[in-house]
Amino acid sequence: MTKALPTLVGEVTAPPADASETPRRRMEGAVSPAPTVPLRALDQLWFQVSGTVCNLRCRHCFISCSPENHSFWFMSRKEVAEVLAESVEMGVKEYYFTGGEPFMNRDMLGILEDALALGPATVLTNATVLPQRTVDRLRELSEGSPYTLELRVSIDGVTAEMNDAIRGEGSFERALGAVSRLAEVGFLPIITTMRTWDDSATDAILGAFRELLAGVGYHRPRLKILPPLHIGAEAERTRGYAEVERVTHEMMAEYPAELLLCSGARLVTASGVWVCPILLDDLAAKAGDTLQEAVDAPARLEAQACYTCWVNGAICSNVSGFTDFS
Amino acid sequence: MTGVASASLTGIPDYGRVAVFGGIYSNHLALAAAIDDARGRSVDAILALGDLGAFGPNPDKVFPLLREHGIPVVRGNYDDSIARGLDDCQCGYTDPRDNHYARLSYRYTYQRTSAENRAWMAHFPDEIRFRLGGREVLAFHGSPRQTNEFLWESTTPTHFLDKLADDFRADILLGTHTGIHWTRRWAKGARRAGAGGVPDAPGTEPGRAWRTYVNVGALGRPANDGRTEVWYAVLDGSGDALDVAFVPVAYDHEALAEEMRSEELPEEFVQTILTGWWTTCLEILPGKERAVGRY
Ligand code: SF4
Ligand code: SF4
Ligand SMILES: [Fe+2]
Repeated sequence: MTKALPTLVGEVTAPPADASETPRRRMEGAVSPAPTVPLRALDQLWFQVSGTVCNLRCRHCFISCSPENHSFWFMSRKEVAEVLAESVEMGVKEYYFTGGEPFMNRDMLGILEDALALGPATVLTNATVLPQRTVDRLRELSEGSPYTLELRVSIDGVTAEMNDAIRGEGSFERALGAVSRLAEVGFLPIITTMRTWDDSATDAILGAFRELLAGVGYHRPRLKILPPLHIGAEAERTRGYAEVERVTHEMMAEYPAELLLCSGARLVTASGVWVCPILLDDLAAKAGDTLQEAVDAPARLEAQACYTCWVNGAICSNVSGFTDFS
Repeated sequence: MTGVASASLTGIPDYGRVAVFGGIYSNHLALAAAIDDARGRSVDAILALGDLGAFGPNPDKVFPLLREHGIPVVRGNYDDSIARGLDDCQCGYTDPRDNHYARLSYRYTYQRTSAENRAWMAHFPDEIRFRLGGREVLAFHGSPRQTNEFLWESTTPTHFLDKLADDFRADILLGTHTGIHWTRRWAKGARRAGAGGVPDAPGTEPGRAWRTYVNVGALGRPANDGRTEVWYAVLDGSGDALDVAFVPVAYDHEALAEEMRSEELPEEFVQTILTGWWTTCLEILPGKERAVGRY
């Protein structure tokens, strides 16, 4: 259904004639360079707004965030505003804010005010630091903008026992409290949960989620299930990728590249711009120091996490992957 | 097409006033009522932006109306799927409940659309260009770059629209696909004004060129607003400023509901027709649009 865009650079590229020209070899013995995906259009602009700093230290965090992980630092309102200004000319469609925990950034509400003046904004939050005054301010920001403000709340289980084993003691109660406050003022947060169960249990778990959320006053839940990414802390918790789990040229031959987030998105951090929010830990996924550089650079599907995207599509977007928004 | 069109040198017609219909979704009763209504407003032309089938009963009933009134149709994602016999409607639902209903109505629509009508649909263009009081207009289904792209009011930045207008060389952009009508006017070049300086509301500066996007809504089902009317748009380019009006169309929705029931279409769909609230396929709604609905 996709017509050629004037900005379309090309389809998935063929490997260069001389494979030795690839900047980085994955592992010894790997000869074929990874397929690349050009940016089709910069539709989604992501901000690593609280770097890798998080008040939690989830055991499945694919970028291993924690209070002590300072590999990526907070972005200031001014830094974000400069990129937002650039994004206007590029015709960006949606803004996403992630971390770490975005609401640990003391500029977060100001950043959202700036973003919502320009377009729709989504915040990926653990909802454990959302007191009533923040929720009230979020409502004001949402009502003051023609654009939607989406809050994506991570909860990893339908009981405190399930969730807290992954996300830490007390995180279940705190997140549910925030969901209740958000629903009370009219938000319909997107509840995001990582699939840690067998497929056959999905219906039962979705049902249990609906019941749980109704119990705290959220009656029209939007649910999003994410596949695990076997990198970062999650690789320790369960497993890493198997050697065969890689994206090859053959796999991309018939594959619509626009299904991958990196064909329409870039991630801005305090230390440069990455091809996507998933590969933050991977220096090879840095696409440039400036947004313009990063827009011109194709994504290289070299990381094994790319395999998860290949199977599931743009799992990071609000509407895609497996959602249950009924 | 009836009415006066002063053909330019390039052969592209230049109209004064046009009526534009969005998704029809087999609602032949609303289509007939809308055609009558538009004729009463003495428009120079009527065009439809695609998605003739889905949701409603007896898909073949809309075709004679379109042919009889010479209404050109832009290809929608549904028309593309039905014409090519694809597996699904390309709406991109991932929610299992939405998928269930989408499959039901797709299968029904496919089986009940005649081979002749399917062949006719295969010739719909992806876009139609014309002029309105001299302004360049581009009519498409979802977005000019992608037939099944959703342009909702709350997720479509003005600078993004300005880029589409630049990329596809038109000052008036007309689409449907979402089912909810809305419009925005902005000063040409808005995306070059820099952050914070993007005017959403038209100002009064003389000499500024204005651009307009119109999502014309849908005739097939109500706009998730608790009203049973369906909507289309009338654009009038004969004056100094382009005038955009959304027209509510009342039609015999109870008769449609009866017809849907006798075709054994899902009761959830029937309820949407009778109440004006969407009951299925809600996952595609952004939070802001979803929050004002009932479900
Ligand atoms: S998964 Fe989210 S909440 Fe948990 S440590 Fe990582 S960034 Fe923090
Ligand atoms: S992890 Fe996914 S989004 Fe990121 S580069 Fe790989 S395929 Fe693209
Ligand atoms: Fe459509």
